[in-house]
Amino acid sequence: MRILGLLILLFSSVSAFATPDIQTWQTENGAKVLFVPANEIPMLDVRIVFDAGSARDAGVGGLAVLTNGLLSEGAAGRSAQQVAEAFESVGAEIEYDAARDMAVVGVRSLTESRYLSVAIETLGQILTQPDFPQDAYQRELNSMKVAVKARQQSPSAIAGEAFNKAVFGDHPYAAPESGTMESLEKITLDKVRAFYKRYYVASNATVAIVGNVERWQAEEIVKALVSGLPVGEKPAALPAVKALTKASRIVIDYPSEQTHIFVGQPGIKRGDADYFSLYVANHVLGGSGFTSRLVDVIREDKGLAYSVYSYFSPLREAGAFAMGMQTKSDQTGQSLELLDQQLRKFVEEGPEKDELVASISNITGGFPLKIDSNRKLLGYIAMIGFYDLPIDYLDNFIANIRAVDVASINDALRRRIHPDKMVTVVVGKQRDDTL
Amino acid sequence: MNMKSIVALLAVATLLLGWVLYHRDEPIPEHSDAEIQSYQLSNGMKILVIENHRAPVMVSQVWYKVGASYEHDGITGLSHMLEHMMFKGTEEHPAGEFSEIISANGGEENAFTGQDFTAYFQKIANDRLELCLQLEADRMRNIIFDEKEFIKELEVVKEERRLRTEDKPTALTFERFNAVAYTNSPYRRPIVGWMEDLETMTVEDAHKWYETWYAPNNATLVVAGDVLAEDVFRLAKQYFGQLPMSRIPQLKPRHEARQYGTQRVTVELPAKIPYLIMGYKVPVLTPDIVDTEDEQELYALEVLAGVLDGGNSARLSKNLIRGQEIANSASASYGMTARHESLFMLSAIPSEKIAVEVLEFALRDEINAIKTELPDEKELDRVKAQVVAAQVYKQDSIFYQAMEVGMLETIGLPWKVKDDYVEKILAVTAEQVQQVANKYLTDERLTVAVLEPLPIKSNSTDKTGSASLAGEKNVQ
Repeated sequence: MRILGLLILLFSSVSAFATPDIQTWQTENGAKVLFVPANEIPMLDVRIVFDAGSARDAGVGGLAVLTNGLLSEGAAGRSAQQVAEAFESVGAEIEYDAARDMAVVGVRSLTESRYLSVAIETLGQILTQPDFPQDAYQRELNSMKVAVKARQQSPSAIAGEAFNKAVFGDHPYAAPESGTMESLEKITLDKVRAFYKRYYVASNATVAIVGNVERWQAEEIVKALVSGLPVGEKPAALPAVKALTKASRIVIDYPSEQTHIFVGQPGIKRGDADYFSLYVANHVLGGSGFTSRLVDVIREDKGLAYSVYSYFSPLREAGAFAMGMQTKSDQTGQSLELLDQQLRKFVEEGPEKDELVASISNITGGFPLKIDSNRKLLGYIAMIGFYDLPIDYLDNFIANIRAVDVASINDALRRRIHPDKMVTVVVGKQRDDTL
Repeated sequence: MNMKSIVALLAVATLLLGWVLYHRDEPIPEHSDAEIQSYQLSNGMKILVIENHRAPVMVSQVWYKVGASYEHDGITGLSHMLEHMMFKGTEEHPAGEFSEIISANGGEENAFTGQDFTAYFQKIANDRLELCLQLEADRMRNIIFDEKEFIKELEVVKEERRLRTEDKPTALTFERFNAVAYTNSPYRRPIVGWMEDLETMTVEDAHKWYETWYAPNNATLVVAGDVLAEDVFRLAKQYFGQLPMSRIPQLKPRHEARQYGTQRVTVELPAKIPYLIMGYKVPVLTPDIVDTEDEQELYALEVLAGVLDGGNSARLSKNLIRGQEIANSASASYGMTARHESLFMLSAIPSEKIAVEVLEFALRDEINAIKTELPDEKELDRVKAQVVAAQVYKQDSIFYQAMEVGMLETIGLPWKVKDDYVEKILAVTAEQVQQVANKYLTDERLTVAVLEPLPIKSNSTDKTGSASLAGEKNVQ
């Protein structure tokens, strides 16, 4: 670290750097819009986000993912084949996905009008007039069952599922996004249609656009996309995630070479008061790759793992805080001990001053990289809109990170992270002494 | 290699310095390109710059002409292991410091090893260029090969192999597929290396490999982003310019021997879902065929892959995933940029209750359909529209732009390949697609691998001594 100080000093002038100008408005039917003009490349990215992720499955695990996946399988009387041909004939790339909170539909297109108009028209159709054909429904449902089996042959997926179940208990975040064999049996086409009708509505929609169009064009595009959606209603708030009351250990026997380990608890929300303190704290602990403590101790010092990390996964409600790694089965006990030691030491003592300086320096210095492409910008403005973060979130990001100090980290860690109440999941070959 | 021979090698490198006189610091005129500005240092190192002033950031990549396909049996995984050792420090910057400095300056960094290349990169604010070049120049020649560090890092790499290959049924199947598909081509060996080769690898092996391949005349610096080419050239000269050249060994050609009939491999593993891989031996782009008729065949193969799998409207989705509903997923791919003959790949996961044999038959049917009936112009147009669009979209990523150029240069192809790509794809006709299907997608060029799932049972035994099924225990 000796030379480090010198080099930071030598290169400490942060170049004048403009954050993007985010324009916002609301459509007549209540959808929220965020737009960033980007004129360098003749292309456009648009993404519509609904609060229609798996957290809205209401016990029918997989419903949100299936509904989202079926949108492009037939719309406005056009078959899945016709929809795909429409996009691909103009070189447009459709995106769709449903995660815990968000269900996303979008497209990347060239901005030349004969291409863009086809891409936008087709996207509007799958968004507002999906047909949910019976044959597509059955096929996609079957495909999700194959995906469940694929997870069953992956020790890391098995560990991740067990971890979520233990961390989130009876909260909707506990269930696998793509469902289980049992939950998929509960899905019906009527439930899919009802889910779409309830959640794919304008007042539950955020539209993010980045690309080479003028404001008036962006307004036209948004209108073409979402004006066909009913106003609808925002869904009720999700329940709060309950804190864990005691430690637990889940051990799953699996014949893999490595044991997969997760240790964690409920973490933080988007917009959480401790967000920036814990963001920086995690950077020091296990969020920054080679310069993090976990990599230093477990990989560099002991050679126990290729991949070891920690993360906060902030969601609408508190997402997980987790430490994860994989190691040769007979090193499991040693690894668990080290993770526990590292976490306890970190929560008790917090980061060293120079670690904090280095982390803040990395996060602030690296900020331009976070928004250096249309794709990344799109992700940020979709997130800002969806989670109702301040519109100047990006403008203030660096200042918010710089405001973090050792005291605020220590305070946040002690209040929020509880080494005595962690969920520990171990998936791999079990010997009696690891049980 | 023992220490003596390393010293001997260094002596050879020093003697070779005389050869430096043949080079001058100068632009590389034979490679004119609208997008790329180029320069060659007197020690043979090439510097390529792509200016892109959209955001105040840059990516710096150093590419070495070495990778898994430069290895031979017994030392597999050595290029990749050496990549890991490149983070283990020099005298000037001890272990870990490279990463700390880049991180403290707001950068992201990592490295990757392929069959035909090893590359190191930083993504960072544009005013940190000098720092990156200084650090990369230092580790091109001055890595310390400490045995203790090596042994620890070898354990990390073994964990990487367990994570990426051994515990992933589809990855393990793919590894065995490659080992059977290629007879003598170096591509038959895994990049990460066979476990036994990792277990017997020594620090001397890694050091020798480093001395052999890591030299300015075997490296290319690619910088893309908000930089000025003249600044890059000046700083590159300052930091890399004084590094000595090496005599880079000439590899034996190792062209893949002719295949006589379909090759098959079955991989039986604890798993839940079957998996099918099919690969046909096909040519790749070599410098001698650029702008010849042979080259056009390769573009036809790329369009053929697009007809089969260029999006959700293409034939595999249309006919196998929808249509017959026998595939849960199916893909086709071909890439022409490789040093050695390669494979036109098909892979698929069957739908529930569909036998792998049925799926293989259906995939062959799709290929036969192209052989016997000209693809529709509209299909071809869709493939081409996607290629044209992708050419625009790629400008959204300076990393990708740098990567494209770095790879061409490292494989030994002219950059014009990149510039001419769209035009040559657009020129492909339906007849050419059919011709290459008939010529190359034949049984005697085919290798098939099937993953046949075995029940997933734990290896541990319970007190009665019988193997227990994988199950969950909640110990609180």
